[in-house]
Amino acid sequence: MIPAAVDYVRPADLGEALRILKEREGEAKVLSGGYSLLPLLKLRLAQPAILVDLQAIGGLDGISRTDDDIRIGGRATHRRILEDEGLAAVLPIMRDAAGGIGDPQIRNWGTIGGSVAHADPSADWPAVLQAVRASIVLRSADGERVVPARGFFIDTFQTGIEPAEMLTEIRIPLPAPKSGSAYQKLERRAGDFSTVGAAALLTLGADGRIAEVGVGLTAVADAPFAATHAEDALRGARPGDELFREAAAAASRQSRPADDAHGPAEYKRAMVTEMTFRALRAALGRALA
Amino acid sequence: MTRQHVSVTVNGEVREADVEPRLLLVHLLRDVFGLTGTHVGCDTSNCGACTVHVNGMSAKSCTMLAVQADGAEIRTIEGMASGATLHPLQQGFWDQHGLQCGFCTPGMIMQSAWLLARNPDPSEDEIRDGISGNLCRCTGYVNIVKAIQQAAAELRAAEAAPDASGTPAAAS
Repeated sequence: MIPAAVDYVRPADLGEALRILKEREGEAKVLSGGYSLLPLLKLRLAQPAILVDLQAIGGLDGISRTDDDIRIGGRATHRRILEDEGLAAVLPIMRDAAGGIGDPQIRNWGTIGGSVAHADPSADWPAVLQAVRASIVLRSADGERVVPARGFFIDTFQTGIEPAEMLTEIRIPLPAPKSGSAYQKLERRAGDFSTVGAAALLTLGADGRIAEVGVGLTAVADAPFAATHAEDALRGARPGDELFREAAAAASRQSRPADDAHGPAEYKRAMVTEMTFRALRAALGRALA
Repeated sequence: MTRQHVSVTVNGEVREADVEPRLLLVHLLRDVFGLTGTHVGCDTSNCGACTVHVNGMSAKSCTMLAVQADGAEIRTIEGMASGATLHPLQQGFWDQHGLQCGFCTPGMIMQSAWLLARNPDPSEDEIRDGISGNLCRCTGYVNIVKAIQQAAAELRAAEAAPDASGTPAAAS
């Protein structure tokens, strides 16, 4: 499969890239690792006039920590996230998710920003970022917007990114003490997109009850979403298997899976219950560790 | 569309070409440079037959544009042997019958080389995980795993005795 004819530029700095995105608004596509965009170009589902390759722009692929949050550059590869010990220590969910994306070669090149901007309805990061209440930094020639991950994933392959904007950073609030996070992915074969993916972050209060909670689901609706009904069932309650079963059932009722090659909707709903339960249990185990 | 100049170092040799930006790296290697050891299998970034190294990282060359690789160091299966002496991975695949039809083998060897450069003593699980992006429809992987284990042991031995045969140094 051969992409349609296209122009290619490799700007040396962010300002130049943003200027091109503005001048060629609607015609330009940002090229990061390429593992989401190249398949689209080859299938000709995307036919941009120009590709703006970010590889020469420095400072977009780091992972850093402030007093309040973790900041992950949009060009950070799945591999970099997978192998960042400091990140895994505070947000083990990031390692869970990164390790299950694609295969080793894809993790070498694919980036979190590319995956999030691409917004495949079965992608792992969108569920994780909603569970941990991440923010997404969007830059354009006219300025910067920081938007919540919740509400960012509008529909299949559709996000809140405007055509002249670029996703430059993901910000994740540092979890409070006594927090635990986990991602559980069900896949038919190693390296597949999720059949069901469940992300959970739990924070325990001094009384042992669940002070705050985030649950994100992927592959079981038109876009990954926050399982708010499950969160409502969990918040303020005492953690345990019975509660987790109840909350997981609420997550399942909130999902809208489709029949497809991964299985019938009924099966997926059952798997939402199971994977959400497992994610909550794993998150609790880590919160107590 | 305008053609763009691409200059890459392939197996230590500078190669240049004027290409359409839509040209895939695997086609640059095969059709422009004549390096047909890198295979096109699924053409959808699933099978790994087209795996090469780009700046030391294994990549599926069907899912990278040639222009993206401009300025990069590329290593392909043709860069593995040292003259008539096979690379320990190539020898391992030979000795352990790590191939039948051989179509996946160049990608399998390049991915294994990347794995062993990062993890010289992988467990069987780590080997299987390391080649999980490379599909073989003949062997069932058992002999591929043995081939990689043989090569890993040989490379470690060469590392421990650097004065011995010179070839394994090329594996890093």
